[in-house]
Amino acid sequence: MISALANPHRFMAFSRWAAPILGAAAALLIAAGLALGFAAPPDYQQGETVRIMFIHVPAAWVAMLSYACLGAASFFYLIFRHALADAAAKAAAPLGAAFTLMALVTGSFWGRPMWGAWWVWDARLTSVLVLFLLFVGYIALRAAIDDEARAARAAAILALVGLINLPIVKFSVDWWNTLHQGESIFRAGGPTLAPVYLLPLALAGLGYMAAFASLWLIGTRAEVWRRRAASLALQAAR
Amino acid sequence: MSGLIAQAAGKYGAFIWPAYAFSAIVFAGMIAATLGRAARFKREAQRRAKEGGE
Repeated sequence: MISALANPHRFMAFSRWAAPILGAAAALLIAAGLALGFAAPPDYQQGETVRIMFIHVPAAWVAMLSYACLGAASFFYLIFRHALADAAAKAAAPLGAAFTLMALVTGSFWGRPMWGAWWVWDARLTSVLVLFLLFVGYIALRAAIDDEARAARAAAILALVGLINLPIVKFSVDWWNTLHQGESIFRAGGPTLAPVYLLPLALAGLGYMAAFASLWLIGTRAEVWRRRAASLALQAAR
Repeated sequence: MSGLIAQAAGKYGAFIWPAYAFSAIVFAGMIAATLGRAARFKREAQRRAKEGGE
């Protein structure tokens, strides 16, 4: 799949129809997830604030997924020097930053009534803040270097170094004593979340992932167009 | 559905709705920025290709 899409012409042909389909799937899945989420009864401990979970948790999942995609694309760029991999990495960064910001802010709106604080420096929150700073640092580094090839290389190395933060985010609630609750979905022995919350959360999660995939494809297409325009401008100037 | 939404606003409405509004704004921004960028560079590449062909 990856080697087939590494050809820019095949990628452009594939993404042309895949992006709108994923976008439509995202809209349907998110709408269904949120509708079921609002129909679910209030949680016996969290009350109505449990409804924030249906937008907070999917945003946090996609924040991690988008960094994994950024890291994978950067790896392929550094190893194979493939321009499309670099375009994909560049397109993933702003989306990842936006989803991470969404996770941080919606989590804060949940934390204030439940913990009595907008923010605490616990391991999960701090490692997600570091994830956000890695996305912002990646974007800033690319913007700071004029030579595109040097900027791509430097940013790819930063993205690979930042990959170490992903297991820290994931296992922070196991490794340290955190105020943030422990893993309740992807854990050995199965999820501990009640099915009445699990289904809407799964639908919203899949919807957020489809939305990211759709926007990532469109963003990569935009980067391919930008490079094509720059290359044509250079040819015209010669 | 509207009854359920009103019910959800309860005493925690001041935290639930801003969280949803913020997510909607970020989604709208991401969609607008991504589609806008794609349309702009596609137009530019097509214009330059046309100029190069003339």
